[in-house]
Amino acid sequence: MVKVTFVSSDGTRREVEIAEGETAREAALFNGVPGIDGDCGGACACATCHVHVDPTWIDKVGRLKEGEAEAELLQFAEGASEYSRLACQIPMEAEMEGLVLHVPAQQY
Amino acid sequence: MSIDTMELDTAEKIAAIPIDEIDVSRPSLFQQDTIGLFFDRLRKEKPVHYCRESHVGPFWSITKFDDIMAVDTNHKVFSSEAKLGGIAIQDMHSVEGALELEMFIAMDPPKHDQQRKAVTPAVAPSNLLLLEPTIRERACQILDDLPIGEEFDWVDKVSIELTTMTLATLFDFPWEERRKLTRWSDVTTAAPETGIVASYEARREELIECAMYFKGLWDQRVNEPPRNDLISIMAHSPATKDMPFLEFLGNLLLLIVGGNDTTRNSISGGVLALNQNPTEYRKLNNDPSLIASMVPEIIRWQTPLTHMRRTALQDWEIGGKQIKKGDKVVMWYLSGNRDETIIDQADRFIIDRKNPRHHLSFGYGIHRCMGNRLAELQLRIIWEEIHKRFAKVEVTGEPERLYSTLVRGITKLPVRLHAR
Repeated sequence: MVKVTFVSSDGTRREVEIAEGETAREAALFNGVPGIDGDCGGACACATCHVHVDPTWIDKVGRLKEGEAEAELLQFAEGASEYSRLACQIPMEAEMEGLVLHVPAQQY
Repeated sequence: MSIDTMELDTAEKIAAIPIDEIDVSRPSLFQQDTIGLFFDRLRKEKPVHYCRESHVGPFWSITKFDDIMAVDTNHKVFSSEAKLGGIAIQDMHSVEGALELEMFIAMDPPKHDQQRKAVTPAVAPSNLLLLEPTIRERACQILDDLPIGEEFDWVDKVSIELTTMTLATLFDFPWEERRKLTRWSDVTTAAPETGIVASYEARREELIECAMYFKGLWDQRVNEPPRNDLISIMAHSPATKDMPFLEFLGNLLLLIVGGNDTTRNSISGGVLALNQNPTEYRKLNNDPSLIASMVPEIIRWQTPLTHMRRTALQDWEIGGKQIKKGDKVVMWYLSGNRDETIIDQADRFIIDRKNPRHHLSFGYGIHRCMGNRLAELQLRIIWEEIHKRFAKVEVTGEPERLYSTLVRGITKLPVRLHAR
């Protein structure tokens, strides 16, 4: 299991666990973390699992790559930033232990 | 209902048609609401199906959820470009006398991306939060004015009225003239054969009148401090303030059309679905918190836009079939939303589904519906307010459906209200 913390827009921190190999989207949905919709089922197709990776983690998680589907979708998301990622595109491997993700006020 | 016996006859006939001769482009199938039986056969027998001959020419039908998702997210191969035919099964023809509107829904990147980004803030969640109290107040007014115990048409009195007033709110449009928006929406999608306009010249004239009206609003807002209505946002945003006029008009009309037919028919479709499924209506009455999951279920169930179309820019394989460059590819959202392999008991309307947002009605990928949160907001508000006032919105007669392959519309729905 890998530990990940979701921080909501009101500052509430929720530490949850998820099996290795799942994604951060599943970590939120399986543990009832509010604010992650994930409408498309994890296919990088809807941008409703938008998160801001904590700046201390962004290099390990990796940034959006221009021209790729994830960046194409997130360009339309409200409040997208240089730390934006889709949770469904963050695989929860062992080295992600302790990851901190910030959930926007609303998904779009 | 009398429709049941009709369906039995039709079901036998439909079962006997050779699979390659099935043509789902006929608007009558949608008006009679027998289209589901055709899609059931396609999904089972030939999920990627080629129709050689039809009134809209040859086309591919994509009928399963995952195949639709694969096409929708692959905009590099499957184009939305208007000049290649655009986004509906019927080509966007260049008709003489017609006004050529520029809409980003029928564009590919990079132009699509720039224009969509410019308009998005108007319907983004933070702006909707500001609009919600006004939309709710106006929804309450509509419901409070309805007669109790008397038959009336739900479509005209509620569905059209609510979506029109929401658009008027979004644009901060002069209130007394709001039905102009409904008219312009109808005119934008109209061809002369629909009877809505007499000719393409007449359509052009009405759209120019629409353009001049909005130009007036623009000139007024551009000289005032920025506000949160869409016209003010566009008049003040660096990305849009210098937009060529036909683009400004095209994008406005896209929002008017996009926010009109679709939500209107989901509002009507929800009333119909609850009446056809009394167990679900009881669930709702016992627990109004189910509105949260009922709203996406209504949108799946209704699928107000039956399809979106793309044009292949290169040869490509889908579901074992070879699509050729230039082929017309139709993603049938209405069929994918009934795909049993993805959605549990897909042919049933269930308001407390576990994963109700996993449906195709908004599309996926870069063209995914921009107003999806606004649509859900309107449905949520209207059902919350209906629940407070009425024990039941009873359907008292057969619904009438729209003669259209694209818009899954209900044109008339007689109802009677029971007070709570």
